[in-house]
Amino acid sequence: MQNLKGVGVSPGRIIGTIRHMPPPVAEPQTQAQRSPEIRAEEAIEELKAAAIRVHEQLKDRASRAQSDAKAVLEATALMAKDSMLLKTASKKITAGLSAESAIWEAGQNVAEQLIALGGYMAERSTDVLDVRQRIVAELRGAPAPGIPHSDTPFILVAQDLAPADTATLDPAQVLALLTSDGGPQSHTAIIARSLGLPAVVAAAGADVLRDEAEISLDGATGEIHLNPGHTERQAAEQWLAAVQLQNFDGAGATEDGYAVPLLANVGGADSARRAAELGAEGVGLFRTEFCFLERESEPSVEEQAAAYAGVFEAFAGKKVVVRTLDAGADKPLPFLTDSTEPNPALGVRGYRTDWANPGVLQRQLQAIAQAAGQSTAEVWVMAPMISTVEDSEAFAQLCADAGLKTPGVMIEVPSAALNSQHVLQPVQFASLGTNDLTQYAMAADRQLGALAALNSGWQPAVLQLVKHAVDGASVAGQCPVGVCGESAGDPAMAVVLVGFGVATLSMSARSIPAVGSVLRSVTLAQAKELAKIALNAPTAQQAQQLVRARLPILEQLGL
Amino acid sequence: MIERTATIGSRVGLHARPAAIFAEAASEYDFEITIGREGELAEDAGDASSILTLMGLGAEHGEAVVLRSEGEGAEVALEALAGILETDHDAS
Repeated sequence: MQNLKGVGVSPGRIIGTIRHMPPPVAEPQTQAQRSPEIRAEEAIEELKAAAIRVHEQLKDRASRAQSDAKAVLEATALMAKDSMLLKTASKKITAGLSAESAIWEAGQNVAEQLIALGGYMAERSTDVLDVRQRIVAELRGAPAPGIPHSDTPFILVAQDLAPADTATLDPAQVLALLTSDGGPQSHTAIIARSLGLPAVVAAAGADVLRDEAEISLDGATGEIHLNPGHTERQAAEQWLAAVQLQNFDGAGATEDGYAVPLLANVGGADSARRAAELGAEGVGLFRTEFCFLERESEPSVEEQAAAYAGVFEAFAGKKVVVRTLDAGADKPLPFLTDSTEPNPALGVRGYRTDWANPGVLQRQLQAIAQAAGQSTAEVWVMAPMISTVEDSEAFAQLCADAGLKTPGVMIEVPSAALNSQHVLQPVQFASLGTNDLTQYAMAADRQLGALAALNSGWQPAVLQLVKHAVDGASVAGQCPVGVCGESAGDPAMAVVLVGFGVATLSMSARSIPAVGSVLRSVTLAQAKELAKIALNAPTAQQAQQLVRARLPILEQLGL
Repeated sequence: MIERTATIGSRVGLHARPAAIFAEAASEYDFEITIGREGELAEDAGDASSILTLMGLGAEHGEAVVLRSEGEGAEVALEALAGILETDHDAS
């Protein structure tokens, strides 16, 4: 078999054995009948035994989980041995169905009941469907769905990884991530970067590798070698050595001293503390919705203020840019967003939820102001999905009403980038959300591996939009533009962004040393030159190649 | 048959977390306990130890449900369970 090639999304060279994410459990044949040799009572006993085993497994997982995840797992564990579910399934078995078919249908009935209730209950239907999958897997003696457990650390291989999968990902168990699908902006990429795991996505053929095969993976170049030899082993060792040498201790700046603060993207107090330890100069993106993803109702102002204060404390005296609730699309919040929208990425999400649910944003701003008032952090606030001047004016007013002095907007909708000279007038700063900006500009779903090439930040159209946004900001006056999308964490791209005039870069804290080191290897003039070269390239591939060729430090550091 | 009506105290109704707490408590007892919405027939009531039954009720904050049981200790049990239902678990 040939070596594989995918898109490298998180640098690192590693050699390890692979374990596949088990395939989703296949639906039993509709109305499959029980084998005539098996009596109904036997099948019912088998079903109950399987259900109890699943219950025990989930309870075990729950005992190792924290707070909200623990509560969800405990509830799901109860569902596995639920008396009503098993009674319904047993009746179907008596009527002639196989145990698998019976539990499949019973699970379906319950799920439909919950969906009919709408809102939070409807969301729990996925837990019921997950439980029935597990019971069927148990009945078949097949591996339980989810990340495999192993005594030795392994490289996890999957078609793609869903947020639910990555929630239980243990970096002590998993060496690297490899998917045959997904793109540079997919969840796999994001989780890999935040955990510091090397990762390659959109690598066709990864899904048919032999389980437990040894491979080498290069998370920068996207290359996968089967049967790794001396060259690959040496490269992996070099990487480890370089990583240890990468003690980035200073502030972000070019070789000639032009300062570019390197900030962290964080989701809550824990990640903020880790980011501070890793040397982040501040927070360029505090994703407030991560604090509330497990919640069924709007958290009170007091609760919110406490959550925000945790992040401000970790960066006392430093800048923290708070992004107001960015719910919708892949981050639904039952109390705020409508999961029945036909096109969630183009829907009532981010700032727009204020139109459908006025008051929630106001209360959030109140809470931010409250927490900011009790902290020495320099708190800036920005809204996601701003599309027009009306949006930015209205948001600036809401901030003023709450006593927040530094309002800003995210530029991720192409209209905001194109009309930046007007959209940025009412506010004091902007942050480019390059993940979504790329998705919208290229009309390419971030999650689809087939479109991975389109979802590259190197696409000429995206570079043009970035430049346009920054230029418009200078027309609007006194409006620094930062980048908080995954592009900021790509060292080669970071140099280009600085060349365009981007003022700050915010990324997963783990990416800071790499970006800082590469930025230090060029002068501002060189960065501007590279930006020009990238901008004039006709294709994404050429833009990236031309820039990388002029940054020899990338090869040295294995980036 | 002993009956005890209780009003749902949790802010978003009888959803996963309070339902789990209640279901586990109900399963501690040896005898059968049923739960149904107020006004529904006793024979349509479901198993109180079934978390899916509880969630399927779709009981909102402030709505009333009826607990039923019989035998020794039933009254004390229903009192304890009613207490769980009427607590606002979202307050913690």
